[in-house]
Amino acid sequence: MTLSFVGEDYLEVRDLAVDFDGFKAISEVNVTFLQGRLHFLIGPNGAGKTTLVDALTGLVRGTGEAMFRQHDLLQMKSHEIVRLGVGRTFQTATVFEQLSVLQNLDIAAGLHRSAGRLLLARRRVPESVQQALETIGLTALAHRPAGILAHGQKQWLEVGMLLVQDAKVMFLDETVAGMSAQEREETGELLRRIVGDRTIVVIEHDMEFMRTYADYVTVMHGGRMLAEGTVAEIQADPQVQSVYLGTVTEVALDG
Amino acid sequence: MTVTTVAEATAVPDANEVAAGAPSRFSPSRLFSDYGGLIGIAVLAVVLLVWAPSSLSTFRLGNLGKYCTWAIAGVGIGLAWGRGGMLVMGQGVFFGLGSYAMAMHLKLESAGAGNVPDFMVLYGDGTMPRWWEPFRSGPFTLFAIVALPAVVSFLLGYAILKRRVKGAYFAILTQALTVAFATLLIATIKQTGGFNGLNTFSTFFGQNLYDPDVKKDLYLITAGLLILFLVVVWQLYRSRYGELLVATRDAEERIRFLGYDPANIKLVAFVVAAVMASVGGAMFAPIAGIISPSNVDATASIMLVAGVALGGRASLLGPALGAIAVGFGQSSLSEQFPTQWTYFQGALFIVVVLLLPGGITSLSSRLKAVLPRRKVAV
Repeated sequence: MTLSFVGEDYLEVRDLAVDFDGFKAISEVNVTFLQGRLHFLIGPNGAGKTTLVDALTGLVRGTGEAMFRQHDLLQMKSHEIVRLGVGRTFQTATVFEQLSVLQNLDIAAGLHRSAGRLLLARRRVPESVQQALETIGLTALAHRPAGILAHGQKQWLEVGMLLVQDAKVMFLDETVAGMSAQEREETGELLRRIVGDRTIVVIEHDMEFMRTYADYVTVMHGGRMLAEGTVAEIQADPQVQSVYLGTVTEVALDG
Repeated sequence: MTVTTVAEATAVPDANEVAAGAPSRFSPSRLFSDYGGLIGIAVLAVVLLVWAPSSLSTFRLGNLGKYCTWAIAGVGIGLAWGRGGMLVMGQGVFFGLGSYAMAMHLKLESAGAGNVPDFMVLYGDGTMPRWWEPFRSGPFTLFAIVALPAVVSFLLGYAILKRRVKGAYFAILTQALTVAFATLLIATIKQTGGFNGLNTFSTFFGQNLYDPDVKKDLYLITAGLLILFLVVVWQLYRSRYGELLVATRDAEERIRFLGYDPANIKLVAFVVAAVMASVGGAMFAPIAGIISPSNVDATASIMLVAGVALGGRASLLGPALGAIAVGFGQSSLSEQFPTQWTYFQGALFIVVVLLLPGGITSLSSRLKAVLPRRKVAV
């Protein structure tokens, strides 16, 4: 079943709007997230980036349409959306601190396990978990509680959890925020390695990071789409420049 | 960070699962952490099933049996509260379902075939409600003791947990249920014996309840059930479900984004806890010789929770040991201070919650954290 989707796995958002008691957090959002690229979602604070992801992952109710594999995500519950292959992380890494790194990944890998198998203890480490441990570079820490991990490592663990749950669309909410330059670079390389046939959507404030790793960029402003295109196109866009004028990120964009 | 490309990673041999690489997996300490719980259960089994029957008087053994029925309910509370994060303040409802089902059967057994229980003649017109009739059958009663709390807790749990009621609201809701349950029992004196409850049972499945050997057997069955349920939760805790339950307790919203519905995970623990409370209650009736609303009301429910808190709610043996300790304390203190023992109990509860939130069983790990330990290579 997965094979038939190769090359045509995309998430198409049409006329998405989110209304918080009369306040239009986002409206008229039309965007298509294509397979195989690092799609950055940027915009000033309050632009509606996280709200967009919240709506697409069932955390807030939105109107419009968001089609992925013939399912409208806006009509589904959070856990159903995950089972369909759309995963996300949060601005603050939320791993299960009392469980080990391995247990965190094992739980994420288990969403299709039968109830009967859940009642048994884990005898071996599932192959997908072992691979994810290597990919995110936490093999040596597999048996340590996730609570002791450094900030960056927690974010990588979150990415690893998305990998083992085999998310085809990943929304990463400010994953590199608060990371050191070294960690940012490692994270960027990690995302490049895993993107493969996945769709990775990165919400980001760090323009330097965006310019280095983005394949495609969507700019949001005031709850609406402002522009989209490659990094070069976005940087040349006068509208984007005016939105960012006078903010600190202007310098980064021009640089 | 280890660099592994996706292509390399997928080129791993076709084995479905690879062995855990960490050598520490096979160390004695690892083995102990895997099976240490079972050793603890075995020690408790020897104490309860071998030492106690040979050393204690029939009276003391009966008391210990009563504590064991609370401990059985406590094991369930440990699962639901300690591991599942659901502060179940209304386990008296399920304890009551089991004990009343058993007591109804014992009343009918005492009354004899075709007769109605004595209190119905005393308080009513001597006719028995039709829903009593099936409890003449022993097998049906045993079935009801398991099925009734399972169905009730499933329906309640489904309604409560799917609506994402949690924390203090969950505790208050379950507490209110047990208040309503006790009130209902008191109000229906003709059907349930009201405030007096059900008492004066003469036989237990044909065995004379005044016979010391039968009393001993009742104790052994209860202690055996306690050990059995401890093994059940031991397996649950080490299973993937146990890990999932802890994960749900610690970050319920996160679990949703791993593709699970946390309500279902918690519902399983809630139902299992309810069945355990019911089985405990079912053994309480013949051992104590009485079941009344005061055994299943809000105070009784809090007692159960207090024992679990004292022992250590998230540990394997803590809930059972705590429940037994609270029961023992209640008996010995109430012998010496008939009117003040509840103050001791309240004080103990406060001290534990304030100073030792992990309960008595967390003492060892706390000591371990204080003492210098040898370095472990990871």
